[in-house]
Amino acid sequence: MSRRRQARIAPYMFVLPFGIFFLLFFILPIVYGAYESLFQVTRSGLLGGEGSKDFVGVQNYAQAIADERFVDSIGRVLLLGAVQVPLMIVMALVLALLLDSVSARFSSFFRAAYFLPYGVPGVIASILWAFLYVPGISPIVEVLGGVGINHDFLSQGNVLWSIGNIVIWQLAGYNVLVITAQLKSIPGELFESARVDGASSLQIARRIKIPLVRPALILTTVFAIIGILQLFAEPMILRPITGSVSSTFTPNLTAYNEAFVNNNYNLAATQAVIIAGITFVLSFGFLRAMRRKASL
Amino acid sequence: MPVTTRRSATSSAARSRTVVLTVLILAGIYFLLPIVWVGIAFTKTSADLFGSFGLWFSDPRPVDNFLLIIQHENGIFLRWMANSALYAGGGALAAMLLCAAAGYALAKFEFTGRETIFNIILGGVLVPSTALALPLYLLASQLHLTNSYWAVLLPSMVNPFGVYLCRIYAEGAVSDELIEAGRVDGASEFSIFAKLVFRVMTPALVTVFLFSFVSIWNNYFLALVMLSDRDLYPITLGLSTWLGYADRQPVLYQLTVGGAFIAIIPLIALTLSLQRFWRSGLTEGSVKG
Repeated sequence: MSRRRQARIAPYMFVLPFGIFFLLFFILPIVYGAYESLFQVTRSGLLGGEGSKDFVGVQNYAQAIADERFVDSIGRVLLLGAVQVPLMIVMALVLALLLDSVSARFSSFFRAAYFLPYGVPGVIASILWAFLYVPGISPIVEVLGGVGINHDFLSQGNVLWSIGNIVIWQLAGYNVLVITAQLKSIPGELFESARVDGASSLQIARRIKIPLVRPALILTTVFAIIGILQLFAEPMILRPITGSVSSTFTPNLTAYNEAFVNNNYNLAATQAVIIAGITFVLSFGFLRAMRRKASL
Repeated sequence: MPVTTRRSATSSAARSRTVVLTVLILAGIYFLLPIVWVGIAFTKTSADLFGSFGLWFSDPRPVDNFLLIIQHENGIFLRWMANSALYAGGGALAAMLLCAAAGYALAKFEFTGRETIFNIILGGVLVPSTALALPLYLLASQLHLTNSYWAVLLPSMVNPFGVYLCRIYAEGAVSDELIEAGRVDGASEFSIFAKLVFRVMTPALVTVFLFSFVSIWNNYFLALVMLSDRDLYPITLGLSTWLGYADRQPVLYQLTVGGAFIAIIPLIALTLSLQRFWRSGLTEGSVKG
């Protein structure tokens, strides 16, 4: 094969392996899921042996939207997200700024400590916190009880926020890392000249640092929004521990339940598509809003 | 106008420094508490788990517990750990290779469809793995390919973000001169990639490996829907099933807690020692706009 010819087809050859995997395990499932969402399986006959698979168009979607429990689950994660995401981002930002103001040795120790939970898989983080919520095992519950605060982390009203805490615990340190990476890329002269002009640390933080870490804040927020809408493992792990987590607690839990308990795969596919759609709209919408604000 | 004396200026600086350190320490306690707790809980029997105070030892029996955990159910714990290593390690390795090749091509070659392909891949970055789990299951079950190692391994090898990272890095780190030199020497495109480019891209490759590793390790939904044979479970799924049965078999509380501790030791060691790769990976690609 001529050199030139080889150089021309080389890029396609290099992209091909990834491309094949991407098509088979990314694009294809999405297309197939959307396809299945347009059908409905009805079983008939004595033992459900006979039946048909019929094209029902958007009927599954109408059914999903009319399902109160599914809609509730969406509302629940939106509520959690509305509180948890800003809380976590602000917390990460504050910690990153504080770390920036202390000596290097302290800051790298603390940053490592904050980052540690990121290395703990979500399921295991949920197991750890599950035990930290159960009275009788949890030292937290015991200590709080000792000072007269009888907080039930797993009650109907509290469990959502207890789950939110698990998410924050896992991800805040990682977000600190992202923001810090951006902070460190800001040239030091900017701070020098500001300080020479008499700006206080607080003013420097507000006027220079925060605006300049904007890309990092946008990035972490988008992924936080996407992540919280997918909430599955944390409530799933808590289910055997408390009755407050129903089988339709979050949208993904509902879809899972629909597929593997109700055996209605088509409706589950519909719910998965709806969840993906909402995620896409919210994450894209947020990015758009941020871009518009930047160009003002 | 009150004059700020040197002394009060210094003491207010010292005060704010104390506040800063206090906040940082409190945050440190928050993040380390569950890990410290599970380390202590690992040494306890079931009775002490429920009986003694959580943040201090009580008749520690780490070795006994360790043996109990790895021997339970014919050593399935170790099998689960090995499975996780396979899924996360194998999957991340493959992902790294796929991303490296694709990223290199997108960075250093001009070809029709380049930006379209890249934008489609980029769109994939916004699609969370949970969104794919159920559709993947539906597809796999149609083809009777569920409940196997491949069912979890193959989808895990797709990491669109990794392609993005590799492209950005290759654009900066792989010089045209390097490639030209290889061509002048008569090397094939593939050996230029495998021998020259691969080595230069190493930091990005390690970063992609780590991101993929963590992502696969965290992918509970996929393993849950695909696998019904307990021998195939990753450690996360395994521990969650133990916990699920614990109310019927109380020793499982102790085994789950202890198992969780054993499982996170290698991960924490990995996270701490390779922290800088996350930092550099982020500076390289994501936060630059």
